[in-house]
This record gives sequence, C-alpha cells and structure tokens, in this order.
Amino acid sequence: MIETKEIVKTFGDNEVLKGINDEFKPGRNNLIIGGSGSGKTTLLKCIVGLHEPTQGEVFFDGQNFTNMPFRERVPIRKEIGMLFQNSALFDSMSVEENIMFPLNLFTDMSKSEKQDRANFCLKRVNLEGKGKLHPSELSGGMKKRVGIARAISMQPKYLFVDEPNSGLDPLTSILIDHLISDLTQEYNTTTVVVTHDMNSVMGIGDHIIFLHGGQKWWEGSNKEIAHTDNRELNEFVFASPFTKAAREKL
Amino acid sequence: MFHSLGRYLLLLRLSFRKPEKFSVYWAEVMREMVSEGLGSLGIIVIISLFIGAVATIQTAFQLVSDFIPKTVVGGITRDSTILEFSPTICALVLAGRIGSSIASQIGTMRVTEQIDALEIMGVNAPGFLISPKIIAGVTMIPVLVIISVILGLSGGYLACAASKEVSTADYLAGLTDGFNPLIVTVCAVKAIVFGFLINSICAYQGFYTSGGALEVGQAATRGVVYSCIMILFADLVISRVLL
Repeated sequence: MIETKEIVKTFGDNEVLKGINDEFKPGRNNLIIGGSGSGKTTLLKCIVGLHEPTQGEVFFDGQNFTNMPFRERVPIRKEIGMLFQNSALFDSMSVEENIMFPLNLFTDMSKSEKQDRANFCLKRVNLEGKGKLHPSELSGGMKKRVGIARAISMQPKYLFVDEPNSGLDPLTSILIDHLISDLTQEYNTTTVVVTHDMNSVMGIGDHIIFLHGGQKWWEGSNKEIAHTDNRELNEFVFASPFTKAAREKL
Repeated sequence: MFHSLGRYLLLLRLSFRKPEKFSVYWAEVMREMVSEGLGSLGIIVIISLFIGAVATIQTAFQLVSDFIPKTVVGGITRDSTILEFSPTICALVLAGRIGSSIASQIGTMRVTEQIDALEIMGVNAPGFLISPKIIAGVTMIPVLVIISVILGLSGGYLACAASKEVSTADYLAGLTDGFNPLIVTVCAVKAIVFGFLINSICAYQGFYTSGGALEVGQAATRGVVYSCIMILFADLVISRVLL
C-alpha cells in the first residue's frame, strides 16, 4: 500500500499541490483524475520520487520513501514499474533489450532466463515476435505495450501509469486499460493511473481521486462518480454533450 | 555561474558513484569507445594530413633562406604539430562532432523521459549515461591525437615530397633534430584534459535540458561553445604550467 501524507509541492510561487492525503491499496486500480494543470502528474512524480515534495511524506508499505537517501531507495525502486506518457523506451535498444535492461542490471539471471522472461512479458502484452524491433519501428499503442512489458519485467509490487491513453484510438485505449487492470489483479500490484480519459475512469476506476486546483476535491469509485453532486467533478466528467446525455439516461 | 559550476561538480560526483553492475557499465564504455574513437577516425585522418602539410609549407615559406638550415622546417613542424595543432585542433573538431552528439543524445533522453525511466528503475542515471562517455573520452581522444600527430607529420613529409623547397631528407632530419620528450608529455596531458572537458561539459548541458526539441538544440550548441572555450583556456594553462 502507498500512503501520501499532506503532500505539498511548489514551483517558485506556484503551489501546485496543496496537502494531498490518500491511500492507494493493492489489487485495485487507483485513478488520479483532473483537468490540465490540476497537479495529477506532479502528484505521481512526487510519489515515485522524481519530484521531492516541498512538504509531506510518501510511505511505501509503511517505509518513509520521501526521507530516504538515494541508496536506500534502490530496493523500493526495484519493485516499481512505470509506464510513461510517451512510453520512454530507450531508443538505442531493441524491444527485448528494453525489457531485459532492468534484468541485466539488477538480477543474476542467465542470458536464457532473461530471454525467457522478455518473451513472457512480450506475450503478456500480445507482442510476441516483436522483440527484435526498435522503438522507432513501433506504433503508439505498441510502444505503450512494450512500456508495460518493461514495467512488469521485474514483477513489480507497485505499478505507476501516466496518461496511458494519450494519443491512442479508443479501441487501443480500451485494450491498454484492460491490460493494466488484468495485471493489477494478476500480480496484486498497487496500481496508480493518472488519466483524464473518461472511458478509463468508467471502465477500470476502482478508486478514483479527483484533483482540482491542487487539492483532493472528490474521492470514490466509478460507480459513485455518475451520481455525484460535486459541481467541479460533474463539469469535468460530463463536459461533452455526449456524456451529459449518457448521464441523463442513467 | 557559481550555481552552474556547483551543479557541474555535483553531477560529476554522481557520475562516478559505484556502478550497479560493472559488466553493464563496461559494455557501455566499450560502445562509447567505438563511437567516439572509430567514429571520429575519418575526420581526424583528413584534418591531420592537411594540417601537417600546410604547417610544413608555411614554415618553409617563412624560414627557407641561405642563412637557416633547411632541417629547421622539420623541427618546427614537429613541435607545432605535437604541441598545438594535433591536440588542440583535433579537440576543437571533436567538440563539434562528439560534443554535440553527447549533448543532444542525453538532452533528448531527458525531454522524452528516458532519464526519468532510468531513475525510476533505481539506476544512477548520471553514472550510467555520463561516466562511460568520460572514460571513453579520456582514453580514445589521446589515441586519436597520437594518430593525428603521426598523420600530421606524414602530411608534412608529403608536402616536402610534392614541393622542391625542402627535401624529404632535410625534413626527416629536422624531425629528429633537437627532440625534447617533454612535448609528448604536454601533448598527452592536453589530450586527456580535452577529452574530459568535451565529454563532461556536453553531458552536463544535455543532462539539465528541459523543454523540447528547441532546447535540445540549444543545449548542444551551448555544449560545443563552452567546450571550445574551456579547451582553449585549458590549453593556455597547461602550456604555461608544463612548458
């Protein structure tokens, strides 16, 4: 489980996060949603340690991650898998080298074991036989799936996903959402997804927090979100005429 | 300026932390050595031959008279090639070739979140990305400079063979006449220092890039410009201290 306690993050005079408290439990899809500039990605980066919070602390299974020096963070980092918005695959490496990269650095597996693991991860994301390709030869959806394969190569306890659906067609978006959800169930990972895609929210949002103006504005599940009377959340979720009409039918 | 200097020194300290796995870093060092060494060989061969030939022709033009022995041309070409032309001009050319590549490569990795991905995995990103480049630079640039010296002096020989002002025998006699081994030491020190400066400065510029493609280009330009300035400054300091 991951806990955030009073996370505040400022950039100069701009206070982006204003004391975020939450618990992200394992085995469920924890979604952080909100409009552009609401602080979603900043919160995610504070949790994984890419940004140091100005105030507050992050706990990974009770261990205070925020105050740990770099060396002490490494064992926790080995248990983290992350899919970035632009996949962040290493351009100079092939798909299978990308997946084997953390295995090369942090395990004593033999070459054939690493190859087997890479093949397994590729099979898991339906990209069997694509291991020799380079990232430049892949479509956006394939890159996301390779990013997921790399993220799960070390069998992570914590899975972070930043905007998994950005730039993808609706069908591929749904496939990626289901993949994330299935992996969360399968490995009982603590999964945190940052998104503003309403299909994801409705499809896989077991636990949703809505950020507005750097604050946690609302918390609940995808079942509760359709019936909320929170004005800001309604304006965000039901922004389009299509979703408004869909809500009225509910 | 002091902020940048402090950040540069801290980045260097991070770069030389104990590696997570030596074999992976070693493979990176080898890859960088091939890229920096073999990849730059062509341009070094071309400029060195021409520099040596031009240095010989110009020295001969200025010094050949009945009162000065013709072997002087070989001696001056040797000293200027070993002391200045090969290490400094090669370093300036390599700052453009290797430096811009390093800054743009690391800068692109920064803006496309590849460096964040390394850090998330628990990899010491400066160590993995920068230390292999610096190690490759301080080993391969001296090798390139040695090749450049040999080719520069060969270029001078070819220039003598092509013109009639100085005979090749006089030129070869001049090369060995009054040779002071100190100039080789100075050349080696310059090559190592220049190799370090090119790689570390350009890596620093790339590592702290933020923004997009425009900023990556600016970082590459800054890396090359600062490297060139620091090469010339270090050239002055080394010459003043060692000669």
